Parts: sequence; structure tokens; C-alpha cells
Amino acid sequence: MVAPKLIRTTAEWEHDMQGPSDFELSRRKMLLGTAASVAFGAAPWSADAQTPAIPVQTATAPGISMSKVSFNVNGRMRELALDTRTTLLDALREHLHLTGSKKGCDHGQCGACTVIVGGRRINSCLTLAVMHEGDSITTIEGLGTPDNLHPMQAAFVKHDGYQCGYCTPGQICSAVAVLDEVKAGIPSHVSADLNAPPQLTNAELRERMSGNICRCGAYSNIAEAISEVAGRPA
Amino acid sequence: MKFETAATTNPIDQLKVIGKPLSRIDGPLKTTGMAPYAYERHDVVSNPAYGYVVGSAIAKGRIASIDLGKAKAAPGVLAIITAENAGKLGKGDRNTAKLLGGPEIEHYHQAIALVVADSFEQARAGAELVHVDYVKAEGAFDLEAVKDTGKPRAPFGGPADTAVGDFDRAFAAAPVRLDATYTTPDQAHAMMEPHASIAAWNGDKLTLWTSNQMIAWGVGDVAKTLDIPKENVRLVSSFVGGGFGGKLFLRSDALLAALGARVVGRPVKVALQRPLMFNNTTHRPATIQRIRIGASRDGKITAIGHEEWSGNLPDGRAEGAVSQTRLLYAGANRMTATRLAALDLAEGNAMRAPGEASGMMALEIAIDEMAEKLGLDPIEFRILNDTQIDPERPTRPFSQRQLTECFRTGAERFGWSKRDPRPGRVRDGRWMIGIGTAAAFRNNLVVKSAARVRLDRSGIVTVETDMTDIGTGSYTIIAQTAAEMMGVPLEKVVVRLGDSTFPVSSGSGGQFGGNSSTAGVYAACVKLREAVAQKLGFNSAEAEFADGEVRAGNRRVPLAEAAADAGLTAEDGVEFGDLDKKYQQSTFGAHFVEVGVDAATAEIRVRRMLAVCAAGRILNPKTARSQVIGAMTMGVGAALMEELVVDKRKGFFVNHDLAAYEVPVHADIPRQEMFFLDETDPMSSPMKAKGVAELGICGVASAVANAVYNATGVRVRDYPITLDKLLEQMPDVG
Repeated sequence: MVAPKLIRTTAEWEHDMQGPSDFELSRRKMLLGTAASVAFGAAPWSADAQTPAIPVQTATAPGISMSKVSFNVNGRMRELALDTRTTLLDALREHLHLTGSKKGCDHGQCGACTVIVGGRRINSCLTLAVMHEGDSITTIEGLGTPDNLHPMQAAFVKHDGYQCGYCTPGQICSAVAVLDEVKAGIPSHVSADLNAPPQLTNAELRERMSGNICRCGAYSNIAEAISEVAGRPA
Repeated sequence: MKFETAATTNPIDQLKVIGKPLSRIDGPLKTTGMAPYAYERHDVVSNPAYGYVVGSAIAKGRIASIDLGKAKAAPGVLAIITAENAGKLGKGDRNTAKLLGGPEIEHYHQAIALVVADSFEQARAGAELVHVDYVKAEGAFDLEAVKDTGKPRAPFGGPADTAVGDFDRAFAAAPVRLDATYTTPDQAHAMMEPHASIAAWNGDKLTLWTSNQMIAWGVGDVAKTLDIPKENVRLVSSFVGGGFGGKLFLRSDALLAALGARVVGRPVKVALQRPLMFNNTTHRPATIQRIRIGASRDGKITAIGHEEWSGNLPDGRAEGAVSQTRLLYAGANRMTATRLAALDLAEGNAMRAPGEASGMMALEIAIDEMAEKLGLDPIEFRILNDTQIDPERPTRPFSQRQLTECFRTGAERFGWSKRDPRPGRVRDGRWMIGIGTAAAFRNNLVVKSAARVRLDRSGIVTVETDMTDIGTGSYTIIAQTAAEMMGVPLEKVVVRLGDSTFPVSSGSGGQFGGNSSTAGVYAACVKLREAVAQKLGFNSAEAEFADGEVRAGNRRVPLAEAAADAGLTAEDGVEFGDLDKKYQQSTFGAHFVEVGVDAATAEIRVRRMLAVCAAGRILNPKTARSQVIGAMTMGVGAALMEELVVDKRKGFFVNHDLAAYEVPVHADIPRQEMFFLDETDPMSSPMKAKGVAELGICGVASAVANAVYNATGVRVRDYPITLDKLLEQMPDVG
């Protein structure tokens, strides 16, 4: 497969703007799949589309504090020169074009930006990218692909654990990390005994997932998806 | 296609694909982060500039001066758009306040400037440096204080005043009466994806990748606001991260992105900052509702009256909380009245089930109160006053009405018979346990909707329509419709949505989208079937489309052959006649809720929830169920926590972010149960389906309220029901 490029020339972009002619490419691409397809926009969507988009911004504007940072994202080292005010979330979304991590509030209130850093889930909007030198970061794109879903992603599809889909990557990253937290014996606010290994009861699961808001209200289905992956009844 | 007479048997009735609980076809994209939302179109837009919105710091008055000097000089800032330099702007047909304010200010956080810079960080820093001097004016911000200045205002679907029989006399004469007032607060959609747009100009043509429920409305209002031809505007909303009515209209993100992109000569992307959204955009307006019910001693309603007061910006709409009261219960003497006062808060507008959601919050507590006065079981009281005809127009039947069946089924499944009707009698440790019920009711709307369907030589059927999928499952049910109609497996269908270059659909709103848009796809497929039959030499009336073949008698031809090299395309839509006038089309349900109320602190926890719904043919039970449980969740929010708190001096919603505007989280929602009754409604559309997404929220909050009353004996009539409203009256418990 030819690696799709993310940066388009002006000519290509103007071509897109002329309308439906840009659909041919993606329609052909979509036909490669085996499931009924949702089609949109101009470019094919695949995991390897996550090639770095824009060459690292090296230009320094006067009065802007720039810094280089390198970290591992989904198994690959990435080096960026960033305005030091750039959050990890914006580094992922705007600089690496990994838009699976969502910006719902930019204030750590909704959980849509949840990613896994060093094995722990964090709100990527509440941390600056330059604080993550050498870190290992897993985003939703690193868990699985449409053709090779992570078990948690597959369980969300099976149990309809989403609707609009905007909180979904954060819910899934959180859920994957929650199972690890329980395995690691980390207690929560509702753990009855801080010294006993926590069990992923429905109450534990709901408490631990409460940092991830789903306004569509798929909570009941999400709980079933997570419970299935954890091997417990919801 | 005109839909003017009741649907007869058609290919949808085969139910080979329709009616199956299939997983969403967009699921693998959404769960892997590959579904691109408006702000994420790196695939089609390179090198965008970033816009950051400055909102007004006063609610009413005018801008005396704006000093842009420091902001313009800030690193990376490319341009600053204000009303002063934006040129003459119109106002969209569906906007009440201007999307770019100044010098007049109509509400707090009305957008007054867009700072455009090379990066998001630079735009944000630049916005901090915009200095604005205001001249404040007095405004009205307190609904209670201005309610009596309210003027009659017709809500959606009816006049400002309705009257049947002689309500006053019948109410006065009724041996059992209820006269109670209820309030609902301002609420926010708080969808997870902020309003967001990328705008790009190519000469005088504008493309907006945006997050919008109603593509054609958006095109029209962009064109009107910018005073450019509609043909020069393209909107694309492939994925919408929630809407709930908040994205029905053109909003400031899209307009400002377009203005910014025009000035800087390159694409501009704007997402409304979350703390700006609550006062910048629309919300569900607060209501004050007075309900009077009179009944005979045996429980027959003889008089029912519902009055509503709400507030809005001048020219804004009334909420319409009385609408269901005209239809839900029998009774010879009836009245409703809708009054709208002027308020200077942000615009009130549609949020999930506008009218009925607020109205049912009040009406279904009133019904519970009335049942208690009569000494009747609240379900039996509702069934006693059920009606199969429009109570205002007895010649007009409901097309389908299974309200009683919903209650009977729900009561059985939930264990209603075990409920102790005496409040405060059931305990589980420290928890006082209560069970409550409420009817669900929402009208079924039908809206003209078109689609284009193309068959290609490999047998792939591609559907294009400007319909949106805002989490409702449109992609999937449209694929199911095309697969059923063309006799191909789901894998052979490609669905393309949300682009204004596609035929105009119903769009997503008012729970009309699922039924209407699939009916439009049905119509296009009927036309494609005819074209296929003609091409292959079949009599189209006899041709059967199945298993990728066209068959008649003993002749069978692969469907793909009809496409040949050029492909075969058909375009059509559905237009609805007057079946919705001849028949009252509504959707029904029954909600059941069990709560625990902490005997000492009055903390309320929802322990069990069940909804039973009857809403026509269910096109996909998996996605439809999700709509209902999601609506039940939002209903719990309305019952227990959601309230935009008004600062009545300064005139704004104080809790304008997701930390302070509380919505339900995982910990608040138990495992939910939901059942659909078997139903097809041939009056509704060829799909025989109806809406379901808004039905699910109607009545939930009152079922919670009634459960809290059953648990504690404390009746709260002012939402949300928070522990402070219970504490003083909580029963003494040892």
C-alpha cells in the first residue's frame, strides 16, 4: 500500500474544495474493508496515516520560548521543537496529527484527552509536552487499528459503549489503565479495605471511570464492555 | 416520493437487515480515534491558523472602545476580527443574538473578537491582551422577577393559548383538585465536542468543516450572514461529537473562522473554549409551570390546565412545556397558556425534546401528586385517563398509542407490585428506598429528506445524503436501509453523510432524523431499483432484489450487471402529506426508577432504572436502545444535578464549565434496563418507524422525583432535587 501523506499541496487542496471528485479515492480505499463503510472526506484513514505531518517546527518567533522534546509515542520516538506552552494534548493533536485524543474541555474536567503515560492514565490537556522528555506515551491509536482492534476497543463496539464517539478514545484508554490499576492493587475511594486486593466490582469500575464524562450517556454499556474484558459480569 | 397514504407491504418489511441489533458500522473508526471530527481535518487542510474567541465580559450594554494594540503586537498574531472591521454582517434566520457582538452587547460571553495567530498558544496569549472598555446597561436576568411581564407566545406546534370546554368551571367543581407550581432551571447541552470549525476560502467559495446537526440550515445561515450566494458555501460534518440541539444552528465558531480565514488568506480553525460555551451558545431555558388538575372521586380527570412562563432574548422562542399536556391524558375541559418574558441571558433554544422534556418534568410529578390525593395507584390513575384520540379533537385518533401496554410491561418487569405506596417505609441499612414511575411522551415529527444512491460495477451501493450522525447511529441505519432495499449484504454499502454537496436530508433534530432520513434513502432506492430493473429488462413490480441478485420467475441476474462501467445513480426523497394531521403521531413509554436516599445526609443515589418504549418499528435495536439509555442518563442529570446558576446581578451563568455544571458520571448511573414493545406505524413513513432519541428523556426526571418522594415523603417541585431541598423535611429516623 502506498503510504498516504497527510500534507496536501495547495493544488490538491483546491481540488478537494471543488467537491465530490475527492470522494473517489476514499471510496476505493473503503472498498478494501470488509465491513459496511462509513465514508468521508478526502484521504484514506489508516493507522499508517499517522506519519508525522508537519516537519518539526523549528522556527522561533521572538518572544516565544521554544524547547525541544523527545518522547516515545505508540512505540516510536518522536522529536518536536515546541512552544513550551504546548500541552501534551495539543502536541499530539496539532503537531503529530494524532487526533484520536480529544479536546473536550482543555481543563481536566472531562477526560476526553486521556492517554497512558508510563503505564498510568493522565489528562493530556493538563500537562505540558515538554515535561515528558523520554516518556513512553500510548494513545488510542497505539492500542489498535480498525482492522486489528484491541480487545477493549472491540468490546466497546460490541456493547455499543459510545454514541457520538468523542469521549470514546478517552474512555477506552482509561478503561485499559483501570484494569492495570486493579491488577496492581491500587485502591479507590470506594474500596472497602485498603489492604485487600481490589476487585473490579460494578461500584469500583464506576468510581474509577468517573473522570471520563460521556454526555451521550453510554455508561451502562461502557460498564458492560469493560466488565467483559475484565472477565466479570457487569 | 410523496408519502400520503398509509404504508403497505414493502421491501423493508423483509427485515433481513432492518430491525437487527447490528453494531455500528462506524464503530471501528470511533474506537480507534480514526473518525475525524471538525477540528481534526489535517487530511484536507494544511497550515491552518488558529482562532481564539474573546467573549463579552458584560451581559448588556455596549463596547466603548477596544484596544487591540498589545494583542496585535503579540508574537504570532496575524489578525484580530471584531464587529468594527468585519464588514457588514447579516444575521442568520435561526439566530436570535448576533454571533459577533459589538458595539451593542446582547448577552454575556457574546463573541466580540477573534484573535488569529500562527499557533493555538499564540492566539490564546493574544486574546489575553485584548483590552475592552464597556458601558454597562441594566438588564433583566431573573425569570421569577419578570415572569408577569411575559407576553403570549406560540410555542412550537401550537398557539399561545388553547382551551377546550370550560376549564375554570370544571376545575372549580371538581371534588379532587391539585394546583401546584413547578420550576425547571436553565440547562446546558454540554456535548463533549465543543462547537468547532475549520474555514477555508478558495476565491469566493467557502468551505467549512464544522460540527453541525443541520447542514442545509447551516449553509443558508452562513450565506445570509456573510451575504454571499448559498452556492458558494460548502459545509462538511462527517462526525459530530454530540449535539442535543446545541448544534442545530450556525454558531460563532463557524462564522468567526470564516471571517478570520478571509482576512489572513489561509485556513483558520476555531473551537469554542469550553468555559465560553455555556454563555456564548444556546441553552434549554428555565421554566415556571403551574399545573391544575381536577378529577372525580373515582379518578376521572375532568379539568386539566398547564401554564408556562419562560424568558428569552427579544425575538427568542418560548420553551413550549405545555405541549404534551394537550395530548397525554383525557379530560373534557382543558387549557394551556404560554407566556414569554424578555431576559438578557444567552439565547434559550432547543435542547433534547424541547418543550416536552421540561413539561414532563412538571406534569408527571403533578400526576403522581393527584394519584395520591385520589388514593389511586399512579399507574392505574394514568391508565384510567388514557385516550386513543386527540383529547382536543375527538375525530383525530393516535396512529399508535401503547402507553398502557408500556406501563403494564414495565410494572411487571420492575416489580412495581412490591412498591409500598406509603412514603418512607422501606429501608436498606442507612438508605431510604423509593420507587417512582412516569409516562414518557414525545411527538413524532416527519421532515422532508432526500438521498442519492449509486450502484457500481462491483455491486457496491453508495448512499449520499447531507444527513448527520450525531451519535444517533445514522450511518448504520442508513446502510441497513440501503442493504435491505437493494438486496445486498451490509458489507456492500458505503454511506457518506454530512456534506452539503449531497442531497438535502431532514438533518438531526426533534427525533425526526432516523425515520425521515431512512425514508428518504428508501425513496432513492425505490428509484434505483426501477432503473436497475429497466436496465436488466425486468418488470420492476415483479423483480425481487436479494443476495446481490435481481430475480423474477426463473431468471436471475447479478445486481452489479446493471451498473455496467458507468454505474447507475438514482436520487429521490420523501415528502410527507397530511397523515400527521389526520393522525396524531406520538411516541410513548413508561419510566421506572428506584432510588436510595441517605437517611442522615439526604444524598440521593439512583439504584435501578427501566424504560419500556413503543415508538414504531425499531430500525436497529442496539443503537435505538443506546439512544434511550443515554436519554435516561440525561434525565437523571435533569432530576438531580443539572442547573445553570444565574448570577442575577451580573447576568450570566456562573457554572460555565464541566467542573461546575454537573452532568451524570459513571458513578451516578446504574445498569439500565430498556425494552421496546413490538410496533409498526404505517402512518409515519414507509419505514414504519418513529423517533426514539428524545422520547427517552421525557418523564425520567419526574420518575426520579416521584421515587424520591416515595423514599422520603418529601415532595420537591423545584429541579434539580438536591439534598439541601430535602434535608429540613426529612423524616426523623432513629
